[in-house]
Amino acid sequence: MQQRLLIATSPYRHREASVRALMLNVLYALLPGIGLYVWFFGWGVVVNAVLATLVAVSVEAAMLFARRRPLRLFLTDGSAVVTAVLLALALPPLAPWWVTVTGTAFAIAVAKHLYGGLGFNPFNPAMVGYVVLLISFPREMTMWPAAGVISGEYAGFLDSVRIIFMGSSAAGMLDAITGATPLDLMKTQLGLNQTVTEILASPVFGDFGGKGWEWLGNGFFLGGIWLLYKRVITWHIPVAVLTSLFLMALISSALDPGSHPSPLFHLFSGGAMLGAFFIATDPVSAATTPKGRLVYGAGIGILTYIIREWGGYPDGIAFAVLLMNMATPTIDYYTQPRTLGHEKP
Amino acid sequence: MSSRLHGFPGGLILDGHKAISSGRPSMRAAIPERLFIPLQQHIGEPAEALVRPGQRVLKGEVIGAASGYFSVPVHASTSGTVVEVADHPVPHPSGLKCACVVIEADGEDTWFERSTIADPTRLDPAALRNLIRKAGVVGMGGAGFPTFVKLNPGPGRHVKTVILNGAECEPYITCDDRLMRERPGAIVAGAEIIRRATQAERCVIGVEENKPEAYQALRDAASDGVEVVQVPVRYPIGGEKELIQVLTGREVPSDGLPAEVGVLVQNVATAAAVYEAVEKGQPLISRYVTVTGSGVSEPRNLEARIGTPLRDLLEQCGMREGEVTSLIMGGPMMGFSLRDADVPLVKTSNCVLAETGPDSNAGLPVLPCIRCGSCAQVCPVKLLPQQLYWYARAKDFDKVQDHHLFDCIECGCCAYVCPSNIPLVQYYRFAKTEIWGQEREREKADLARRRHEARLARLEREKREREARHRAKRAVLSGKDQKMEGDAAKQAAIRAALERAKAKRSSSGDRQEGAARQRTD
Repeated sequence: MQQRLLIATSPYRHREASVRALMLNVLYALLPGIGLYVWFFGWGVVVNAVLATLVAVSVEAAMLFARRRPLRLFLTDGSAVVTAVLLALALPPLAPWWVTVTGTAFAIAVAKHLYGGLGFNPFNPAMVGYVVLLISFPREMTMWPAAGVISGEYAGFLDSVRIIFMGSSAAGMLDAITGATPLDLMKTQLGLNQTVTEILASPVFGDFGGKGWEWLGNGFFLGGIWLLYKRVITWHIPVAVLTSLFLMALISSALDPGSHPSPLFHLFSGGAMLGAFFIATDPVSAATTPKGRLVYGAGIGILTYIIREWGGYPDGIAFAVLLMNMATPTIDYYTQPRTLGHEKP
Repeated sequence: MSSRLHGFPGGLILDGHKAISSGRPSMRAAIPERLFIPLQQHIGEPAEALVRPGQRVLKGEVIGAASGYFSVPVHASTSGTVVEVADHPVPHPSGLKCACVVIEADGEDTWFERSTIADPTRLDPAALRNLIRKAGVVGMGGAGFPTFVKLNPGPGRHVKTVILNGAECEPYITCDDRLMRERPGAIVAGAEIIRRATQAERCVIGVEENKPEAYQALRDAASDGVEVVQVPVRYPIGGEKELIQVLTGREVPSDGLPAEVGVLVQNVATAAAVYEAVEKGQPLISRYVTVTGSGVSEPRNLEARIGTPLRDLLEQCGMREGEVTSLIMGGPMMGFSLRDADVPLVKTSNCVLAETGPDSNAGLPVLPCIRCGSCAQVCPVKLLPQQLYWYARAKDFDKVQDHHLFDCIECGCCAYVCPSNIPLVQYYRFAKTEIWGQEREREKADLARRRHEARLARLEREKREREARHRAKRAVLSGKDQKMEGDAAKQAAIRAALERAKAKRSSSGDRQEGAARQRTD
C-alpha cells in the first residue's frame, strides 16, 4: 500500500440511476401518444418536435456557455429535449415554424436558465413557453387540424414541412384541414345555448372525447402507466389531477347535464392525459412530498376545470400547472410527512 | 411463541456480498508483535492509564481504569510488556489520534487471574451490571455505548422486551453471522443475563432471512425465554429504531431512548461478551471481525485481539499488497475511509473492507437536485432528504431543523438512489456539525457575557469597599486628632481588617458560586 488510499465518505455504493435515464424514460413513454398523434393528425407534430429539439439544444448550449456551466454534462442530461418535445406536443401540429422556435427559445432561455437552469426553475418551462405563445399569437395557436378521419385530408411528412415552413398560402391545404378543437367547439357552441347532446352530434366527437383526441388520451395514459411502472413518477399527481377533474365534471354534469359535458369528455379531451402524466409530474416544478403531490395535483385538476368551464380559454392545463407551480413551496412546507418518532404535525 | 412482524418505511434491498466471507469458519488471529490498545473505545469519558512503560501485564489485566460513571475500563488483550502510553492513530472518520497503551506481546498469552462466580443466576441486577462494567463491555454493533449504562434504564422506565440485534443488514459484513453460527450458546446465555439484569419479560433475537444457518443455530440453542425471529432482508433493518419497529411495531420518540417504549437493544456480539464477562469472568479483549473485499485473497472472519493492527489482520487474509486502493472500516453504506492499515482493531470494529480498483463513486457526475423524491421514498425515518439538502446547501439551519435533520441516521439510502449522484449524507453531516458548532459558540458567548457581568459586579463591590476603608481610616485619623486612646484606634483598625477579610471571603464565595452556576448551566 505505497500509494495513497482513497478517502471518501459513505455511502460507497450507488445505484445505477441518472437524470439522463429518467429523461429518456419520459421520452420513451411519449412514443405511443406521438404515434397516435401522427396517425390521426399527420406528421406535423414530428416536424415540430424535431424543430423544437434542435432549438432547445442550441439555446441550452448558448445559455450554458454564457453561464459558464459545463456543456457536455448538462447537454446530455436530456432535460432540454423533454421540454422541447412536451412543448411540441402542446402546440398545434401545423403551427408556423417561428411559433415553435419562439416558444422553445423562451422556455429554455427564460423559464429555465434565467432561473438557474436544471433543478432551479420554479415554473414548468414547456408550459411557460406554451402560455407565452398562446397569449402572443392567439390566431396561430388555435389553428388545429381536425383528425384525418373527419376531414378526409391527411398531412403527410412533406406536406407538414411545407405548411410549417412556408405557411398556408404555400400549401393551400391548411384551411382545408384546420378547425376548432373539440374543447373549443364545445365551449363556443355552449355559448350559443346549444345543449351538450346537440353539440356531441357533430362529427368532431367520438365516443367520449374528440375523434382522434380520445385515442391520444389512451396513448398518453399507456405511456403514463409505463412511467409509473418504471418508477419515474409516483401515482400521486396523475391520480389527483384526473380524479379532481373527473369529480368536478361529475358534479357539474349531474347538476346540469345540458350545459356541462360528462367527466369522461373532460378526461379524454385536450391536454388532460398528457398534462396529468407528463406535464404536472415534472419533478422540478411540482410538489415533492407525497401529500403535497396530492394537493398539487388536485389543484391542477380543479383549476383546469374552472378555466375550461368559465375561463376565456378552451383548455386550462397550462395555466393550472403554472398557478400550482407558484404554490409549490408553500404546499411542500405544510405537507411534510410525519417523521418517525414525532407526533403528528 | 410467534411474533407478528411490522414494517418500517423506506429502505433498500442491496446486493449483500456476504457469501464472500461468510462461508469460511472464523479463524483465531495470530498474536501481533505489538498491540495498540486505545483508552477510549466507547462513548463517554476515556479510561485512565494504570500502567507505565516497562511494566509487565497479563492477558485480561486492567490497563485503563474507568473515569467517572460514563466510562468503562480497558484490559490488556494478551500478556507482554508495556512499551509506551502515547497518542497513536485510531480508527476514526477524521483520522484522529488517541491515547493508546502499546504492549509488546510475549507470545505466551498468560491469563491474569479470573474470578468466576459460582452461581451467577443468583446475582441481582446491580451486581450483574457491575460485572459487565468491570469487563469493559460496550455495544459492539458500532456505537460503543457502555453496556452497563444501557442496562440501567433509570427510575420509572421498565424494560419489557430485550431485543438482540442479529440483523447485520449492511453488505459485506458477516461477523455477527459467523458468531451466531459458531457460538449460539454464548449469545443465548448472554441474552438470559441481559434479561435478568433488566428484569424484562421477553427476549427476542432478530436475524435477517439471509442467514438461515445462524437462525437455525440460535433456534437450536434457544432457551424457553428467548425467541428467535427472522426479519426481512431490507437495509437498514439492523438500525436500532428500525428493528424495534419491525419487532414491536413501536416507534422510539425522536429525542428519546428505546427504554421509553420499554425496549432495550443489544447487538448479538455484545450479548456474547456479557456472557463471557458474567459466567467466565473474562473481560472484552477480542472480537469477531470480517476482513473482506476484493483487496484480500481469503476474505473471512477472524477472532482478533483488541489492539491488533489492521495490517496484521489483512495480511492474515491475504492482502493484495499494492492493489488495495481503499480501506473502509465498517460496511460500504455507513463505514468510513481509513488513511492506512496502521490503526488498531477496537471493540466496535466489525468489518475491514479492502477494495481494489478505482473509486466506485468517482466519475459519476453530480447534477443539481431535480426533486424527483426517490430519496424520500427510501428514507427509513420518513424525512424529506431533498428538502434537507436544499436547506443545508443554503445554510438555512433553522429550516433544516424544521425538517428534523437530527432524526437522520445517516444510513445513506438517499444518496444511494439519487439520480443526480448528490452526496446527500455529506450535506447532512455538514449541517449537523455547523449547528453543533453554532451551539458551542452560543454557549461560549453566554459564558463570556456572564463572566463580564460578574466582573462588573466585582469592580463595583471593590470600589464600595475601598470607599468604606477610606472612610474608616479618616474616622481613625480624626479620632487621633481628638486625642482618642491608642487602643480604640487599634481596635478600629482590627475591625476594619476583619471586615475586609470577611468581604473578601464573601466575594470570592460569590465568584465560586457564580462559576459553579456557569458549569451547571
